[in-house]
Amino acid sequence: MPDGGDAVLDVRGLKTVFRTRGGEVHAVNRVSFHLNRGELLGVVGESGSGKSVTMMSLIGLLPSPPAEVRAGEVWLGGRDILKISARDLREVRGAKVGFVFQDPMTSLNPVFQVGFQIMEPLIRHMGLSKDQARKRAVELLDLVGIPDASSRLDSYPHQFSGGMRQRVMIAIALACDPDVLIADEPTTALDVTIQAQILELVKELRQKLGMAIIWITHDLGVIAGIADRVMVMYGGQVVEHGPVKALFARPQHPYTRALLKTVPSLTGAREARLQVIEGQPPIMMEDPTSCPFAPRCAHAFLRCEEENPLRRAVDDKTLLKGHDVACHWEAVNG
Amino acid sequence: MLDASPAPLVKVRDLKMYFPIHTGVLRRHTGDVKAVDGVSFDIMAGETLGLVGESGCGKSTVGRALIRLYEPTAGEVEIAGDNILTLAPEALRKKRPQMQMVFQDPQASLNPRMTLAQIIGEPLIEHSGKTATDRLARIYELMDQVGLNRRFANRYPHEFSGGQRQRIGIARALALNPKFIVCDEPIAALDVSIQAQVVNLLEDLQDRLGLTYLFISHDLSMVRHIADRVAVMYLGRIAELSPRDALYAKPLHPYAEALLSAVPEPDPDREGSRQRIILKGDVPSPANPPKGCAFCTRCPKVMDICRTDRPALTEVEPGRQVACHLFPTTSAPAKSTSGGQYQLQQHGV
Ligand SMILES: Nc1ncnc2c1ncn2[C@@H]1O[C@H](COP(=O)(O)OP(=O)(O)O)[C@@H](O)[C@H]1O
Ligand SMILES: Nc1ncnc2c1ncn2[C@@H]1O[C@H](COP(=O)(O)OP(=O)(O)O)[C@@H](O)[C@H]1O
Ligand SMILES: [Mg+2]
Ligand SMILES: [Mg+2]
Repeated sequence: MPDGGDAVLDVRGLKTVFRTRGGEVHAVNRVSFHLNRGELLGVVGESGSGKSVTMMSLIGLLPSPPAEVRAGEVWLGGRDILKISARDLREVRGAKVGFVFQDPMTSLNPVFQVGFQIMEPLIRHMGLSKDQARKRAVELLDLVGIPDASSRLDSYPHQFSGGMRQRVMIAIALACDPDVLIADEPTTALDVTIQAQILELVKELRQKLGMAIIWITHDLGVIAGIADRVMVMYGGQVVEHGPVKALFARPQHPYTRALLKTVPSLTGAREARLQVIEGQPPIMMEDPTSCPFAPRCAHAFLRCEEENPLRRAVDDKTLLKGHDVACHWEAVNG
Repeated sequence: MLDASPAPLVKVRDLKMYFPIHTGVLRRHTGDVKAVDGVSFDIMAGETLGLVGESGCGKSTVGRALIRLYEPTAGEVEIAGDNILTLAPEALRKKRPQMQMVFQDPQASLNPRMTLAQIIGEPLIEHSGKTATDRLARIYELMDQVGLNRRFANRYPHEFSGGQRQRIGIARALALNPKFIVCDEPIAALDVSIQAQVVNLLEDLQDRLGLTYLFISHDLSMVRHIADRVAVMYLGRIAELSPRDALYAKPLHPYAEALLSAVPEPDPDREGSRQRIILKGDVPSPANPPKGCAFCTRCPKVMDICRTDRPALTEVEPGRQVACHLFPTTSAPAKSTSGGQYQLQQHGV
């Protein structure tokens, strides 16, 4: 790996399109990234930038049709899981990858007690007996900070608050001790004080369990607080990627730079006027032959219209290695 | 400058909005959701008051009750000299143009079967005696003001992006030259890159038209940007009401402090070193709020008195009101250190 890490997941050149009546939606284009053991990769981008579709594609969770994973490799546990049978893939999903979604109510089954929902994968994928699974379920609820865990096993999802449900989801995702935990906007629907509880929990869990995590969010603040590396997506592509400190201290892509400037600050000098990113996000109805950000970019020039930029390493001697950007324009670093 | 304290345009006193709970086959009235439970504040003419707090704390209900989209349970609301809650139906109808609302979800608040011109022009038909030609002129003027191309006048809401739809909602709210606008989470449904466009527009319009805003939001960074003063709500009550800079520099109420400390900042160095107050548990139900202080079940600084006596919102520093037993209950005379600049907010209750 470029940063010398030990990758548990390696995604190369992923491309996913949706066939719709209006034409093809190029939702994800040549997306590549890896995830090292024990690290947390943050994925940021606005809605529609391709974050969820990327993660759903790599684990075969998109309905096809309309979705089609048209190109790419996804290496997990020594295999390209885009090439394995549906049955094997289901096994991988259950045992190697845990998922947490934004809205726990869509993934928790409202008619089953949460204890059952935690125990079920343990029995199915880990071969535990019912008693063992029950014991493990209590441990898991305890681990994610649900008070009085053993008596909560018999509760139904609606009997938990939003924050507690998200804890239950995390417990389920962790049940089979996955290599990779993918959390897709898990705190977006929660209030900030509850979000703070969940972020604290994740920090604790990382210390205890050391698993690798992909954390999707549109909140740059959340990323700054928990990520080791960050990947910025725009228009279905990775426009910038790097170690969290490098990316925040020296953002290279005009989109990343604009994004960091457009959010008002909570501390420090108060901006008299907010910086605006003019225009609208792209609709992605064509295979992109130009830079997707070009129409909104203050630095765009002819080449940006003619050629979709590839990711290139950022030459930055003062900071950590592994920073790259997909942009023809060279940012001047102070 | 400091003495020229503008008069409040909006005065709210002890506003209560209870939603009855009916249970059983007989639908008996068995209790109330105390969505808003005794809220008082003023908004000066031309000012933006931020109203923050977590979901369900009663922000939207305050906004709606204030302009009488709900019939409040109790309290007084005065807007530009009129006692809103006692106005007879016809008088209220005449008053409506002065007080408008911009909603969170531009999609849901716009009739999908009406064109943009019809949506913006609808209030003009209802409330102004304008001819069709004059109306169209006004519609174009409004579209210019909010940055919508006139060519779009005959298009339908679904043809627009979220940010553009919010502009349509704002144009409609402006149609009748309001004095006061309740903005209820106007940017919450928008992407980060679009939020600034809408906030800048709201600020420009305020400057140009002298508007007064109640800006409801759960985005504390954005509220710091747009508001002059900020009210922090918790479980139907105001925990703290302070000038913006004072609040963000040093929140006084333990809930305001915890809330601000929970907001993540886009700065890895600061995030790494920040001391965060992690609150335990969840917000209690507004149908069954705790006795005493609403925050007593989660407050890190809770005392015995907090569980029995409800703290009143009192001025603890010039211009700063806090409802907390940690602070002396009698309104202290203005301290010399932070006088002057908060004069604006001093008023007899
Ligand atoms: N079922 C679908 N049919 C057509 N387009 C879709 C479908 N699901 C997602 N898309 C498109 O794929 C793009 C990426 O979506 P998504 O990955 O969900 O974005 P994000 O998670 O970053 O908000 C969007 O443009 C979206 O409209
Ligand atoms: N029409 C209604 N009927 C019953 N309960 C309501 C109604 N509107 C709001 N509530 C309740 O009142 C409380 C405050 O709601 P709301 O004002 O919408 O909060 P916020 O805007 O701060 O999220 C919540 O508990 C909510 O469930
Ligand atoms: Mg998504
Ligand atoms: Mg609301």
